[in-house]
Amino acid sequence: MENLKKTCLYDKHVELGAKMEEFAGYSMPIVYDSIKNEHLAVRNNAGMFDVSHMGEITIKGLDALAFVEKIFTNKVETLSDGQVAYGMMLYENGGVVDDLLVYRLNTEYFLLVVNASNVAKDYNWIVENTGDFDVLVQNVSEDYQEIAVQGPKAQEQILNILGIELKELGFFYFANYEYNHHHLLISRTGYTGEDGFEIYASEEAIKEIWDLFLENKVVPCGLGSRDTLRFEAALPLYGHELSPEITPLEAGLKFFVKIDSDLDFIGKQALIAQGEDLTRRIVGIELKERSIPREGYEVYFQDELIGHVTTGYLSISLEKPIAMALINRPYTKKNTDVFVKVRNKLIPGFVRDKKFLEKKYNKTKGA
Amino acid sequence: MSKLVEGLYYTKSHEWVKLLDNDEALIGITDFAQSELGDVVFVDLPEVGDTVSQEEEFGAVESVKAASDLISPVTGEILEVNEDLVGEPELLNKNPYDNWLLKVKLENNDEIGSLLSSEEYAEFIK
Repeated sequence: MENLKKTCLYDKHVELGAKMEEFAGYSMPIVYDSIKNEHLAVRNNAGMFDVSHMGEITIKGLDALAFVEKIFTNKVETLSDGQVAYGMMLYENGGVVDDLLVYRLNTEYFLLVVNASNVAKDYNWIVENTGDFDVLVQNVSEDYQEIAVQGPKAQEQILNILGIELKELGFFYFANYEYNHHHLLISRTGYTGEDGFEIYASEEAIKEIWDLFLENKVVPCGLGSRDTLRFEAALPLYGHELSPEITPLEAGLKFFVKIDSDLDFIGKQALIAQGEDLTRRIVGIELKERSIPREGYEVYFQDELIGHVTTGYLSISLEKPIAMALINRPYTKKNTDVFVKVRNKLIPGFVRDKKFLEKKYNKTKGA
Repeated sequence: MSKLVEGLYYTKSHEWVKLLDNDEALIGITDFAQSELGDVVFVDLPEVGDTVSQEEEFGAVESVKAASDLISPVTGEILEVNEDLVGEPELLNKNPYDNWLLKVKLENNDEIGSLLSSEEYAEFIK
């Protein structure tokens, strides 16, 4: 563990007795007390995650808007300043470099929030594609620390604890705020399927507000519950549902890929070619017997191997064994009877939608 | 600190064995094992009448995050399976020494000699 990077909250995690493990080169808290309790705190109340390991890359310059449109699958031209978009960066062949959030500060200044494990790769790939664009690309990951506060009580807790009123902040919008002379960038975004916020700030500010949240009973949550929460909301995780070998169409993320627009982003032609001719797709699978379908487990139709599980759990909120799996067509059709191989036993299940849990985003404000 | 019970026999894969009368024995997982696993949500066990073999996998105990194979400390026929764990797998977190997994009829008492004493196991997990 000695060579691992530490976030500015590392000492606090250790003090809280968190189980620390390597993730993306960082020593990160997996669980403090119980993944189940942390998961339920976010579903029913409010929890907070240290996500300072996430990567931040800025694109600045006269051509920033045109350049981001070149490398990003979703629309940024029609965003307002202060709005956020989710999408992907693709290779020419349609495989995914990374999935990310793009924050539009203005047409000459964008903040890209990328997966921790991909920061260096993303930065190099972005720089390689700058061509004649008049842009400055900077990896500013060290300057941005981040806490995600998630759950139905997140907005109320931030108001009570920091005195910051966020009710006017729309879903997938961000703004600048001040707390005790610290500058905070806060967006109504998250990775849990609940209403919630992501707070970006300096080390000093993040340490201070983490302690305040902790004193006020916001439950610290580790990467363990972050994964169970995003899974129930069917949000993809890079390396599982998305990768250089899996296109966004196969992942079922067409909504975030504007192939029908006049945008000409890298990878678009490959996706158009792939079009309706998908040979495989990420689906939901539910098992009919009590068992747990885990990542990597094989999926069968009768005795034919048709794919594998990309993420699976005994869902904490639904108490059902469910999975996302990448399987071949035509078995992707709903209600197809399939089997998942668990420790050499074939456990019966069926293909279903990925709407395991209704997302509870607050979309009433803004826009 | 993980709890230990004296008089039980232990394995390096964190199972325990309690010897009963008539060559019968209980098999369970240790406090160290449950604490490493975290919230136990599912226990996959064989059926009465099946046999288990020393150092061979006989099922799994699963936490939210991962499945961990159960390795049998002894060889023998399964006499009873702890059905309480089907509905309440979290009992293994609460008290891993009362909540045994299997009761078996030992086939070869000599196998006990290859297991760790509580002192040896304490040293092993230190």
